Amino acid sequence: MEYKSKKGWLYLLPACLFLGIFMVYPLIDVFIYSVEEEFNFASQTYSGVGSFNFSYVLHDPYFLQALKNTFILVIITVPVSTGLALLISLALSSIRKLKNLFQTVFFLPYVTNTLAVGLVFMILFKKTPYSDGLVNLLLGAFGMTPVDFIDGPYWAKMFVLCFYTVWIVMPFKILILTSALASVNETYYNAARVDGTPKLRIFTRITLPMISPSIFYLIITGFIGAFKAYSDAVALFGVNLNNAQMNTIVGYVYDMLYGSSGGYPSYASAAAIILFSIVLTITCINLLVSKKHVHYV
Amino acid sequence: MDKNRQTLHRLGSGAWKACVYALLIFWALMVLFPFYWMLLTSVKSYGSYNAEYVPKLFTLNPTLQNYVDAFRAVPLARYFLNTVIFTLLTTGIMLVVTVLAAFAFARLNFRGKELAFTVFLSLMMIPNELVVITNYVTITNAQLRNTFLGLILPSVTSVFYIYLLKENFSQIPDELYYAAKVDGTSDLKYLWKVMIPICQPTIVTVTILKVIECWNSYVWPRLVTTDPNLFLVSVGIQEIRENGFGRENIPAMMAAVVVISLPLILLFLIFHKKIMAGVARGGTKG
Amino acid sequence: MKVLLKGLTKVFPSRKKGGADTVAVDRFNFEIPDGKLVGLLGPSGCGKSTTLYMISGLQKPTSGKVFFGDDDVTELPAEKRGVGLVFQNYALYPHLTVQQNILFPLENLKGKDKLSKEEMLRRAAEAAKLVQIDQLMERKPSELSGGQQQRVAIARALVKMPRVLLLDEPLSNLDARLRLQTREEIRRIQKKTGITTIFVTHDQEEAMSISDCIVVMKAGVVHQTGRPQEVYDDPINLFVAKFLGNPPINIFSGRVQGGKLLLGDDAVLSLSGVADGAVIVGVRPEGFIPDEAGGLCCSMVNVEVMGRDITVVSTHPAFQGAAIRSIIASDAGVRREQETVRFRLKPEKVLLFHPETEERIRFQAE
Repeated sequence: MEYKSKKGWLYLLPACLFLGIFMVYPLIDVFIYSVEEEFNFASQTYSGVGSFNFSYVLHDPYFLQALKNTFILVIITVPVSTGLALLISLALSSIRKLKNLFQTVFFLPYVTNTLAVGLVFMILFKKTPYSDGLVNLLLGAFGMTPVDFIDGPYWAKMFVLCFYTVWIVMPFKILILTSALASVNETYYNAARVDGTPKLRIFTRITLPMISPSIFYLIITGFIGAFKAYSDAVALFGVNLNNAQMNTIVGYVYDMLYGSSGGYPSYASAAAIILFSIVLTITCINLLVSKKHVHYV
Repeated sequence: MDKNRQTLHRLGSGAWKACVYALLIFWALMVLFPFYWMLLTSVKSYGSYNAEYVPKLFTLNPTLQNYVDAFRAVPLARYFLNTVIFTLLTTGIMLVVTVLAAFAFARLNFRGKELAFTVFLSLMMIPNELVVITNYVTITNAQLRNTFLGLILPSVTSVFYIYLLKENFSQIPDELYYAAKVDGTSDLKYLWKVMIPICQPTIVTVTILKVIECWNSYVWPRLVTTDPNLFLVSVGIQEIRENGFGRENIPAMMAAVVVISLPLILLFLIFHKKIMAGVARGGTKG
Repeated sequence: MKVLLKGLTKVFPSRKKGGADTVAVDRFNFEIPDGKLVGLLGPSGCGKSTTLYMISGLQKPTSGKVFFGDDDVTELPAEKRGVGLVFQNYALYPHLTVQQNILFPLENLKGKDKLSKEEMLRRAAEAAKLVQIDQLMERKPSELSGGQQQRVAIARALVKMPRVLLLDEPLSNLDARLRLQTREEIRRIQKKTGITTIFVTHDQEEAMSISDCIVVMKAGVVHQTGRPQEVYDDPINLFVAKFLGNPPINIFSGRVQGGKLLLGDDAVLSLSGVADGAVIVGVRPEGFIPDEAGGLCCSMVNVEVMGRDITVVSTHPAFQGAAIRSIIASDAGVRREQETVRFRLKPEKVLLFHPETEERIRFQAE
């Protein structure tokens, strides 16, 4: 009730310390790094200030490859995973029996180690001299020629990456959408049924507008998450993503940091800033679009 | 006529139901199959696995030899122990820091509180990838690479959990605090004896979510550990994949995967309601 | 323990810059004699809870002093004052059992006041017995009814043997039947322990029925203090007169002219000691006597039968409000079918107020 200035800050002190050192300071520092040219990690010196780091990164073929991969990944996985999650959530909300069991099973991938399960996907998709792998055998049954999804052509690798990414993000999306669907007030459905509204119309005119904030939330977080994809790619293709042509922007940032000499924090910073300008732009576009199409209750 | 229509309607809704269940069962298989496959492969012997051109969907003579190999050939136990230490310490420190901060925001009055809270909230939007670069440099310069301290320190704070707890703490009626004050309870004792027990469900949720996060963390451990003695399971499994078992011993690899996946799956089976409720309240992966 | 409040004032600074500060309590002077039950009464927002919080030490007065006996406790924090406080919503710790709740204040005692475990249990049992919840000790608050929770809260406040017991709206969360029962209970416990007790309420009936003394407040200012009957019979202004009494006092706009009190055209009383001019006239419901020769002529609306009494509902041109409610004996012979009803007024139940200041105007009836 009365002001106790010092005491409050005392309780906040640990959090402030950790946040200050590992969040606020780095946030400022990353911009400084990105403009320091020819920064040398060992001697901690740089030759000047300018935009060279950005121009280096933007002309680096590895970065361009990573940029392309990331964009393809985003464009495929966000709509596919959101649409599929909506379909599954609708199915889930229309049943009573076994509902909880299904919900629990569907959530399982959320708690698994991305790297570990990635290995399983790898052996399922990989074609080795001993075996074509389960997926290829399955495809063979439909008359398709086997292809090595892990070390083979680009489209095949991209397919596995998208597939695994969708598999990983589904639990979260299904969970959010099922809880959104469950929170739609039953009376709206009853009212619509009394009026004899057909099922499809109920869906497009009642359900969809009611859960549109959740869908929109998933699209935004989906975009952000997909742009930051990295460990799923590592899980499937190993740490040398550049060799596999499967690097992502985040992977490029980290690759710049590895290495015995301490890496190139300047290039890493420039790449990270480019990534987040893209994410920010897309999020803003999303927000603008949503104003028209999302109904907040 | 009317009867026909009814039958038709029932058939239609029956077919609809069948489609719905088919979709759900299909996705359940998609989710469960990799787990089944990892378990199955981990109990096939090395010889029989490699002899199967067409992999069998079950095995009649399971073996535990792969698990023995997994622990013998690579320091899996070491990775496991490291991860347990890392998870316990990080979660423990995180809880202390978070609870104290949430308490200050929810219960105490001090100058600059509103501003501090706004700053904290805006920090929630800062992506980890942006700050990891400097953190890596900071930890390297502090000679903390390849130490537990270097692994733990940057992973401790989570603004989101401070926010979650603060919201929960704020729901406790003010009168409880005044009652405790009148009875001569200190702030710290009130926090410990009243607030924490009342908010225990949220604290358990936060703890579980943080444990999951720690157990699965890969990017930061990979950056700051080059010494295999300090590898966590995620980095360890990647190391096994690149260099362990002579690359081809898939069954042993799968045994390792089962071992490191098991703790979280058990945790999930016990606490699935809490975890799902916690994530639905705003958790995101990673 | 005698409680003395001297010029107690609480000002809440405005949240907005340049906004007006709120004076919650304005120069509160009052002495509460030892061992009495005092009701702080007033409409919501009148500063009564703030006063209670200042006595407890949870809020610091902007100026003024609080004495317990001869000790100046103004600067003492709540925990050092030795007060027991019962909150409106009881503030029981939801995760602790009844017994643990009652033990909670005792476990905080330190140093020479520290009690042995047995002593604590004995005192808790004693307090529980006093409020008659000793058979509920192992329950959680959520398993208790509202009335039981209230008793637990009182036991928790009493267990540390406070110098002063404070109750904030102790009955407002209870249903009507429990309210009657519980207020008797509070009275009984207070008499038994003899602890000076101050309680806050907005319900005048509650305050009047159990208090030794009531304090009527409005907008931070104390209007009147005294024994309940005194304040009811002799209010100092219109606000106090209107606030006390159920059904409320009937208010007319009247006029004094040549030693007569006129309501509209009806001369209802002869009086002296009042200058001619407009007045506000208040008549208590029990101040009406049906009398064919009475001066006040009202139009009949309804007769409500209460058993022992009846309430005559009627209207009059000079009346401010919807309908006059008068309580009279059921054998007085007033019928619903009558078109008009005439009353004579009991002079001691007629109160005059100044039309602008609303202060009481005293008169002699003739």
